[in-house]
Amino acid sequence: MPTSLNSINNWKAFFDETGRISLFAARFFREVVKPPLEWRELLRQCYVVGYQSLLLVAVTGFIIGLVFDLQVRPTMIDFGAVGYMPAMISISIVREIGPIITALICAGKIGSSIGAELGSMKVTEQIDAMEVSGTNPFKFLVVTRILAVTLMLPLLVIMADTVALFGAFLVENLKGDVTFRLYFNKVFNNIVFGDLIPSTLKSFFFGFAIGLIGCYKGYNAEKGTAGVGAAANVAVVISSLLLFVLDLIAVLVTDIFYDL
Amino acid sequence: MQTRPQIQANPLIFNEKERGAALIAIRDLHKAFGNHHVLNGFHMDLFERENLVIVGKSGSGKSVLLKCIVRLEEYDTGTLTVLGSNISELGQDELDRVRSDVGFLFQGSALYDSMTVRENLQFPLRRHADRMRGENEEKLILSALESVGLAHTLDLMPEELSGGMKRRVALARTLILRPKIILYDEPTSGLDPITSKEIIELIMKVQHQYDTASLIITHDMDCARVISNRMIILVDGINYGEGTYQELAASEDPKIRAFFK
Ligand SMILES: Nc1ncnc2c1ncn2[C@@H]1O[C@H](COP(=O)(O)OP(=O)(O)O)[C@@H](O)[C@H]1O
Ligand SMILES: [Mg+2]
Repeated sequence: MPTSLNSINNWKAFFDETGRISLFAARFFREVVKPPLEWRELLRQCYVVGYQSLLLVAVTGFIIGLVFDLQVRPTMIDFGAVGYMPAMISISIVREIGPIITALICAGKIGSSIGAELGSMKVTEQIDAMEVSGTNPFKFLVVTRILAVTLMLPLLVIMADTVALFGAFLVENLKGDVTFRLYFNKVFNNIVFGDLIPSTLKSFFFGFAIGLIGCYKGYNAEKGTAGVGAAANVAVVISSLLLFVLDLIAVLVTDIFYDL
Repeated sequence: MQTRPQIQANPLIFNEKERGAALIAIRDLHKAFGNHHVLNGFHMDLFERENLVIVGKSGSGKSVLLKCIVRLEEYDTGTLTVLGSNISELGQDELDRVRSDVGFLFQGSALYDSMTVRENLQFPLRRHADRMRGENEEKLILSALESVGLAHTLDLMPEELSGGMKRRVALARTLILRPKIILYDEPTSGLDPITSKEIIELIMKVQHQYDTASLIITHDMDCARVISNRMIILVDGINYGEGTYQELAASEDPKIRAFFK
C-alpha cells in the first residue's frame, strides 16, 4: 500500500505530507525566478501537456455538453423555461463544469504521467546523473513541468468549454430547432467577463496543483518499480482531491465578489 | 554455470613513491540513515592513474560511498577531499566544477530515456561548454561514441539499445567531459559474462586512452581481479582490508576469505 494513501487516514502523516508539499512548492517559487529558465524544455513540455490531453479533453467536453443538455432539457420544458437553455448551459459549463472536468481529466492523464516519468527517472538514477553533470534537475524537470501544466490548463479549459457548448448546441438544434446564430447569441449575451475571469484564474490554480503534485510525487518516488507505480497513482488521488478543495475556495472567493 | 572468458590482468603495479598526492582522500567517514549505520569511519585514497576496486556485499554501502564523493548524499562526519577540495564546503559553482572532473557511471547506466543517444551526450556539454576545448560539439560526441565503439547509434533511443550498449553509451557520456577520475558503480551488474568481459576491457582501454584514475565498486570478483591495481574490502562500514588482489586472496581472515570463494 503506498504510504501516502494511508496518510489520508492518519492525521500526523497528513500534516507531514502537506508540509513537505508546501516546501516543494516554496522551492518551485524560489527556483522559477532564478535564471536561467530552461526554455527549450518548457516549450517541449507545453507541447507534450497540450498535445497529450487535447483529444481526450475535446471528446469528453463534447459528450458532457451533449449529455448535460439532454438531461436538463425535460425539466426546463416542465418549467416552461426552455428558451433559457443556452444561457443556463453556458453559465454552468463556463463557471464550473468545463474547468473541473478538464482538470480532473488532466489530473488523471498528465498528473499520472508526470508522476511516473519523474518517478522512473528518480529510481533509475537519471535525476542523479543530471545533478552530477551540472544541470539543476529541479529547474530542468520540475520547474518546466509545473509551468507547462499551469499555462496549458486554462487553454485546455477554454477549448473544452467551446466544444461542450457546441455539443449542447447540437441537442438544442436537433430537439428544439434552435439555430446556430440564435444559440450562440444567447450564449454570448449571458457569459460576461465576470464568468470568464474567475474560471480562467481557477484553471491556472488547477494546473499548478496538478503539476505540483505530479512532480512532488515523482521527484520523491521510493526505490523500485513499485515506487514508480505508487508515485503515479498517489499523484492522481491527491491532486484530484486538491482540485475539489481549490474549487470550493474559488467559489467562495468569487461569491464574495458577486456580492459586491 | 557459464564461466567468464579469461582476460589478461592489469599489469600496472604501484610503487609507493610514484603515487604523488591523492586525487580522492577520505578519512573517518560516517554515514547513517536514521539509526542504520552504513559507513562507520571508512578511509581510503585514490591515486593518479590507478584502478582502485572496492568490493563489498550488496547493501554494504558501496553506492552510498560513491554518492558521498560527488555529494549526491551528504555524509555525517569525517573528511572527504576530491581534487584538493573539501567536498562538503563547496558552493554550487565550485561543486559543479569539481563534479565535471569526476565522471560517474551509474549502476543501471541512467541514460535519459526521453532523449536520443546524441542528446544524452550533449547534455553534460550544456553546462560545461568550457570543456569543449574549442572543439566542435558534433566531433566531440562522435569521438566519445567511437571510443566505446558505438558511433552508429547516434540517433537511436536508449530503449533500442541492449544492456551492454547502454552501459557503453553511459561511459561515453561520462567521458565527454574528459574527467580526471571516473567512479564506476557496479559496471558489470546485470550483464551476461561475455558482455561483462567486453565492458571490463573497455574500461581498461578507456583508462589507458584518457589517462584517468578509476574507482570501481563491485561485488564481481572476476571483474575485481582483472581490473584492479589495488583493492579495498568494505565490511561493516569500514576499510576492512586493503592490498592487491593476490595479497587479499592469500589472507587468512574469514571475512576477507568469504569474498574469494
Ligand atoms: N536514501 C536512503 N535512505 C535510507 N537508507 C538508504 C538510502 N540509501 C541507501 N540506504 C541504505 O544503505 C545501505 C547501503 O546501500 P547501498 O550503498 O546502495 O548498498 P550497495 O553496497 O549494494 O551499493 C542499504 O542498507 C540501504 O538500504
Ligand atoms: Mg549499489
